[in-house]
Amino acid sequence: MRESRLWFWHILSAAVILVLLGIHMGIMHLGELLHMAGIGSGDPVDSSQVFGRSRQAVFMITYILLLGAGLFHGLYGLRSMFFELSLSKSLEKLVGGVLAVAGIALFLYGSYVAIVVYQMNGV
Amino acid sequence: MNKSATQDPSIIKTVQFEVLRYNPEGNEAPRLQNYSVPVIRGMTVLDGLNWIKEHLDSSLSWRSSCRMGICGSCGMFINGLPRLACNNQIVHLHSDRVTVKPLPNYDIIRDLVPDLEGLFEKHRSVKPYLIRKDTEEQEKPTGEFFQSQQELLNYIQFAYCIKCGLCMSACPTVATSENYAGPQPLTAGWRYCADSRDEGLQERQEVLYSSYGVYRCHFAGACSQVCPKGVDPALAIQLLKKDAFLRSFGFGKKKKAGPVLPPVRDWTPGGKIPEAPAKTVPRKTE
Repeated sequence: MRESRLWFWHILSAAVILVLLGIHMGIMHLGELLHMAGIGSGDPVDSSQVFGRSRQAVFMITYILLLGAGLFHGLYGLRSMFFELSLSKSLEKLVGGVLAVAGIALFLYGSYVAIVVYQMNGV
Repeated sequence: MNKSATQDPSIIKTVQFEVLRYNPEGNEAPRLQNYSVPVIRGMTVLDGLNWIKEHLDSSLSWRSSCRMGICGSCGMFINGLPRLACNNQIVHLHSDRVTVKPLPNYDIIRDLVPDLEGLFEKHRSVKPYLIRKDTEEQEKPTGEFFQSQQELLNYIQFAYCIKCGLCMSACPTVATSENYAGPQPLTAGWRYCADSRDEGLQERQEVLYSSYGVYRCHFAGACSQVCPKGVDPALAIQLLKKDAFLRSFGFGKKKKAGPVLPPVRDWTPGGKIPEAPAKTVPRKTE
């Protein structure tokens, strides 16, 4: 049932991406509307705004969550594409292993950056 | 066209049959051959091929049997879609040109005859038969396995499969992934997993839920679109996914196979069966 669990996480990560990307699009591209509603202020891509968000724990957690969901969803999709090439069992394991290691490494590096920026007090 | 055919008043029109010809032993590559076929009302594509074989070209090969959409032998790629040749009337194609090719995603044995061995091999891999723990009962049956009407409805739609292979030829994933089990075997797997008399999920899940099982389905839905029996293999695959999801997180129902019913003994007709009406016409021998 390993493949069933992987597939479930693939679907769940899609749902997470949908919600978090919705928030991202709202913050980045609906700035004026948010400003009119009294929620946001200033240019969202201004460096002070970017670092301001990154120093908030909620955003730091959100970034790590989006990174994890995006990496898992993308790499599982890539694995599926490789598997459709009708690989041998050993090559399948190799592809799965390489993608898993790459995913974990990228996740750790991305999370490290998010945590470091969160802990910074200005640049 | 022969003389008698042109004079037949029942002929509606003449259509051009464009038929793929290929003999692996003699031809380097498949080629299309044209035949003019007079069409009468109700004439199917299979009738057209029979007419060609009888009047124009006796070397044309295809596979067919029942002529009524039951045996699943005459699956062909007709005017761009996998269909049963016996189940499609020429006039319903709304074209004066009928292109007939062997089913895609299969090797060609000759002309319109596809090699279905791969399909049957994958079909066998899902163990399409009842698997129960009471093997002794199966070998020496003492009664019937109980199944309610509702339990029958859970899978009966998927039991209508005639193994014609049209779904496999329409599936875009089968076309690109040789190892993918495909809609027909997966549907057959679900047909038995959903059967209340069966306990074989553990033995089947190795194939059904492998990396070449249900999770390779892109849900294009082409299998359900071309199925001549309304089996809906895409639905069966989605039900397999749902079942796997529930089971992998411990929400699935623990399935116990339907019990064996005690044999019926000393049965006599009840009093409610009405008498046959009196004879109105005497037999000739009387």
